[in-house]
Amino acid sequence: MIQVLAFYLFAALTIAAGAFTILSRNPVHSVLWLIVAFFNAAGLMVLCGAEFIAMLLVIVYVGAVAVLFLFVVMMLDIDFATLRAGFIRNMPLGLVLAVVLLAEVLIGLGALGAGGIKLGTPDGSAAPLAGASNIEAIGALLYSKYLFLFEAAGLVLLVAMVGAIVLTHRQRSGVRGQNVAKQNARRPDEATFNASPEVGKGVQL
Amino acid sequence: MDWSHSLRLVAPEELLSVASLVLLLGAAWARCARDARAITWLAVATLAACAVMVAPTAFTAARGPEVLAFGGLFAADAFAAYAKLLIYAAAGASLLVAPAFFEKLRAYRPEYPVLVLLAVAGMGIMVSATNLLTLYIGLELNSLAAYVLAAFLKDDDRSAEAGLKYFVLGALASGILLFGMSLTYGFTGTTSFTGIAAALQGGVSTGALFGVTFVMAGLAFKISAVPFHMWTPDVYEGAPTPVTLFFASAPKVAALALTMRVTLDAFGSQVAAWQQIVIVAALASIVVGALGAIGQTNIKRLLAYSSINNVGFLLIGLAAATPAGAAGMLVYLAIYVAMTVGGFVAVLMLKDAAGNQVEQIADIAGLSSHRKVLSACLAMIMFSLAGIPPLFGFWGKFVVFQAAVDAGLLPLAVIGIAASVIGAFYYLKVVKVMYFDEPVMKVTGQSNWIHQALLAASALFISPAGYLLTKCLGGLAAAAVAALLHAA
Repeated sequence: MIQVLAFYLFAALTIAAGAFTILSRNPVHSVLWLIVAFFNAAGLMVLCGAEFIAMLLVIVYVGAVAVLFLFVVMMLDIDFATLRAGFIRNMPLGLVLAVVLLAEVLIGLGALGAGGIKLGTPDGSAAPLAGASNIEAIGALLYSKYLFLFEAAGLVLLVAMVGAIVLTHRQRSGVRGQNVAKQNARRPDEATFNASPEVGKGVQL
Repeated sequence: MDWSHSLRLVAPEELLSVASLVLLLGAAWARCARDARAITWLAVATLAACAVMVAPTAFTAARGPEVLAFGGLFAADAFAAYAKLLIYAAAGASLLVAPAFFEKLRAYRPEYPVLVLLAVAGMGIMVSATNLLTLYIGLELNSLAAYVLAAFLKDDDRSAEAGLKYFVLGALASGILLFGMSLTYGFTGTTSFTGIAAALQGGVSTGALFGVTFVMAGLAFKISAVPFHMWTPDVYEGAPTPVTLFFASAPKVAALALTMRVTLDAFGSQVAAWQQIVIVAALASIVVGALGAIGQTNIKRLLAYSSINNVGFLLIGLAAATPAGAAGMLVYLAIYVAMTVGGFVAVLMLKDAAGNQVEQIADIAGLSSHRKVLSACLAMIMFSLAGIPPLFGFWGKFVVFQAAVDAGLLPLAVIGIAASVIGAFYYLKVVKVMYFDEPVMKVTGQSNWIHQALLAASALFISPAGYLLTKCLGGLAAAAVAALLHAA
């Protein structure tokens, strides 16, 4: 019963948040709604018994991708003065979102405590791989059968990193870096000199 | 799964990865152009070492279960070894010509050889892939490095445009390929090529057919077959010429070898599902490649259309879906690599007095009056690309057409030959401009010995002397195809 309730709660909120993502006029609000959608999708994944994917959704999408989106949105030409002016006006919305997320966490924990959700228990249709939790199962596959592909995927990421640096790094000329040795070697008698300018003429520096 | 056995089989890829990491570390301390040059030479030495490592596999026609690594994810068989030898040779050529080109623009950095080595590692994984996952990882490793290489001259607008265009369209193609792969996986229940072939044995469902079609579309993009060729002229023109040399040769070999393995191995039990697609793509590539090249004024764009045209001829061998057709493709690929490398090295040797590259066809008018050897080599490459008999390019076309005729695809062969006559027009136009037009004396700069040696080597390969190699090449190709089909 509680699972059915939780499913409808998560599903409805996912759809609603998705709709608000594309309907809201303020791009920052869109990203926040997107985070709510990700969070609820993670809840759906937990209901399916795929707690690893749920965690990935929260960590990767909410934690990294959504923050990246926020950065991009911040790069857009948004008049932040009008945004800040609306802070108090938008405050209730932010509070509602926070309460929704908090309520979901509490409901989820309550359901787990009441035994309504069984985390990571295989249903028996697949061959048992390495143990009870699907994190262990994925890890066992990833680091044994698919180790070669895992390492090769690491190379792909390395190429992406090298490429990003190659394409953006520039050797700048005229950068005044600090040269500690030169600073220490500087002596007062070299650094200062007496000038006796004639009246009415400038100083030659 | 025996780890040490598997690790021995992927030794060339391991060497490439480790060497690229070490050279990347060296690149961090590289200060001057001489360091970058040294790193380039070390990268070439790495490629040579890899070629020595895979050559025995190609010559001993290794096949069967003992060449499968990591539980069937990776096959180090004679087919992969043959393709890898071509890839290493082409990548080596693009490394050797790079320093002179980039140093003139003060843009040479030691990351170039590192990225080429990583791309080569990706291509090695591609041609050895016997699983959809391996295929995708290899393809992405190669593609990502290629996007960066296309934009390597970041201060040049055309190079940046080429990189961006290649990246956006390449990402789209990867998405299409991935979609096809997931459909295939969904309808066959496995990602391994052998498993897919077994699952499709009884017939192909509509869903699986969609999967096959999308996979073919994604691969057609990577080999720049029509109708997925639109990026090719822009990217080939905009990318730095050594990179264009690389794009036109090594990744094309890798993607074609991959296409052969996917079609003949994974989808080998359902030839009818993909044969039509290949026939249409082959004919369209030949015709578009031939007609599109006619109006070009930039020689790099012309060679881009020429490569589209050649991919069409190569696909005729695949359309035959016979061992003879596949072997013909492999022979043609070797000749194609030699012609492409020779063609782009010749383009790199076209410099004005200040050492700047000359790319317009009008600027090479009357080249024969003052650069006799260069224009003779370029003319030979053009004749060979057109498939005119005494040259080796003819042999490549001959073997694929013969395979198509033997497989009962006579109309396809006839249309292909007719279109190759149209194609001959623009190749001969370049020869005419060089030999019979009023000299403009624009190409007066000199090139270094590396360019001359590479041009001489490829000219010798495509000269009638190349026919001495037909037996050796044919034997290697037949052994490679035997290994490919044995796995199915």
